[in-house]
Amino acid sequence: MNETLAGWLQILALVGALALSYRPLGDWIAHCLTTSRHLRVERAVYRAGGVNADTEQTWAGYLRGVLAFSLVSVLFLYGFQRVQDRLLLSLGMKPVSPDQAFNTATSFVTNTNWQSYSGESTMGHLVQMAGLAVQNFLSAAVGIAVVATLIRGFTRTKTDHLGNFWVDLTRITLRVLLPLSFVFAIVLLAAGVVQNFHGVQAVTTIAGDHQSITGGPVASQEAIKELGTNGGGFYNANSAHPFENPTAFTNLLEIYLLLVIPFALPRTFGTMVGDRRQGYALLAVMGVIWAASVAVVTANELHSVSSPAGHAAGGMMEGKEQRFGIWASALFAVSTTLTSCGAINSAHDSYTPGGGGLLIFNMMLGEIAPGGTGSGLYGILVLAIVAVFVAGLMVGRTPEYLGKKLGSREMKFASLYILTTPALVLVGAGIAMALPGERASMANDGAHGFSEVLYAFTSAANNNGSAFAGLQANTPWYNTALGLVMVFGRFLPMIFVLALSGALAGQRPVPVTAGTLPTHRPQFVGLLTGVILIVVGLTYFPALALGPLAEGLR
Amino acid sequence: MPPLHLPSLLRQHVSALRMLLVFTVVTGLAYPLAVAGVGRLAFPHQADGSLLEDHGRPVASSLIGQNFALPKKNPTDPQEALRPDPEWFQPRPSAGGYDPLNSTASNLGPSSTTLLDSIGERRAAVAAFDGVPPSSVPVDALTASGSGLDPDISPAYAYEQAARVARTRGLSAERVVHLVAEHVRGRELGFLGEPHVDVVELNEALSKVR
Repeated sequence: MNETLAGWLQILALVGALALSYRPLGDWIAHCLTTSRHLRVERAVYRAGGVNADTEQTWAGYLRGVLAFSLVSVLFLYGFQRVQDRLLLSLGMKPVSPDQAFNTATSFVTNTNWQSYSGESTMGHLVQMAGLAVQNFLSAAVGIAVVATLIRGFTRTKTDHLGNFWVDLTRITLRVLLPLSFVFAIVLLAAGVVQNFHGVQAVTTIAGDHQSITGGPVASQEAIKELGTNGGGFYNANSAHPFENPTAFTNLLEIYLLLVIPFALPRTFGTMVGDRRQGYALLAVMGVIWAASVAVVTANELHSVSSPAGHAAGGMMEGKEQRFGIWASALFAVSTTLTSCGAINSAHDSYTPGGGGLLIFNMMLGEIAPGGTGSGLYGILVLAIVAVFVAGLMVGRTPEYLGKKLGSREMKFASLYILTTPALVLVGAGIAMALPGERASMANDGAHGFSEVLYAFTSAANNNGSAFAGLQANTPWYNTALGLVMVFGRFLPMIFVLALSGALAGQRPVPVTAGTLPTHRPQFVGLLTGVILIVVGLTYFPALALGPLAEGLR
Repeated sequence: MPPLHLPSLLRQHVSALRMLLVFTVVTGLAYPLAVAGVGRLAFPHQADGSLLEDHGRPVASSLIGQNFALPKKNPTDPQEALRPDPEWFQPRPSAGGYDPLNSTASNLGPSSTTLLDSIGERRAAVAAFDGVPPSSVPVDALTASGSGLDPDISPAYAYEQAARVARTRGLSAERVVHLVAEHVRGRELGFLGEPHVDVVELNEALSKVR
């Protein structure tokens, strides 16, 4: 079989697996978010946590739950890293430095998983599994909980009740994330991902040299790292590391895992609002953007476009693993930057200008195609609201989406949502470039060096977490600045989404009339795709022109 | 529980902490231990890192690449460049020196002059080492991997090295080519990833050829 056919089959197998999961997984999540029955184990959790599971919260109450839980999580994870040398399974690792511990704590709690540390030389096993991996579950669950309130905002009328944060958090963790993670951790383990509690094992190699073989509870962490679109690698090389991703099969499985929940959530949405065509329309937008991105990045890498190193070597294999090759690497890279995952199986820094530039652009889209667990769906719903509003302006009538009027209050929250991330990216990257010491962190010079800094702030603000890893980001300045950007990039949008949910739920629904814009037809799919590309393109074009575009045109 | 008269803000954070601790026990301890338990019972070889043993002592993980270099002239000099040992199949260049405590890529950009220079030097060196024309050296011999631990090379690079390995070991060329052919792994399930040869497994088999 030739490389091209194999590459296409790989993509088709992935699409097929995702298509088969769409209905059962989407409907299962919808069931978990709507049923009134608690499981016995969940009641035990509520009792142990001392929370009331039988009352509903207002949007503000829900938000207080999210923020309190996240604040406590950051402090706990920060403290955990600072005292790791006194705990079991520390492997003799020193306490993580204050700025790096802050950066890492915010990174994992915000579902970003930006890593300024190198796992194998910084973190003991206990911090990895009982600190970092716990947030892999919880930050993913928080994302889905927040989108649940937005969906309830559309389905409920004349109420300020939007659900119970503790119930949503617990159910998503225990009924969705944990069982799936367990099953796929075993599959990954069977295929070669390690799961042990060994420290470093010194071996005398075949040629008589010395090598240190690392251990760790990797398989359990790997499964939730992808499934929760977290992306924080157990080891520095992330999913390029053979102990995290040993074969081309595990590679495709990991891509599937990081896409499966975000791509199934439109079904959850369609089911909960009682019109599954609405879910299909959003799915179509996500699918079109994802497919186009796969095509462009793969083509750039296969043909070494504008890439002297690729032409000199005879192919773009710098930073890519032999067992994956270009097709499987590009597929992973696109999927991880379009979700908020940020795991990597190849070095994005070494991609072609066009390929690497599009990976940055993917994140700039705001992680919506399909986006992170939960955050992807609320992101695209906000953009859908903007698209409906734009269409309403064109015909001169009050816009409405799913029977809810989009008045000035709703549009204010949607606009604030859309402005937050670009402001963080552009201001952050601008300040970094203005400071000579921070400029010196660039590993490559010129336009590519600027792309490294732009990538870092785009990744942090959009809670992605992947990197053009040449950038030396483990400095107090970058650790602090990127840590703050991650916090604002996560929680400001959540605040606006929850406020929007509250505004929508309080409304009385308006009846559908002949003048209502249908939001389930191809026309709306095209409109929404266009609005997304125009909003993002106009916002970021100048920054992209200085980085990847300048490099590609040189 | 008796009603505690805490301010509601504080009470909320105490609840949040209790919930966090519950989830830490469930997802941070019970879950990884359960996976490890299944691994211990059902897949002990994989769980431990797919180790290859020689006389009962581990010598490698078949998943992690190794250096196959000549002994250093000065073993204490970290700066001394490694010289490839012609008796072994050579792996890809590595940005981390095949040290699992430093898994990393070069992260050099597509127009980096450092990378362009390295590619030129590697092409000349590999061509001279294997006695082939520079233009025929495969791409994986010229580029560093994503992890710095890639155990695999392309079948083309393995076959290229067979004649040199056979000559330096005093083995017949057919024997070594046959050994390479046995170690070529096609795409998984016929269409996943790329064909490859695991250098660690190949060299381990080579070490047993008399």
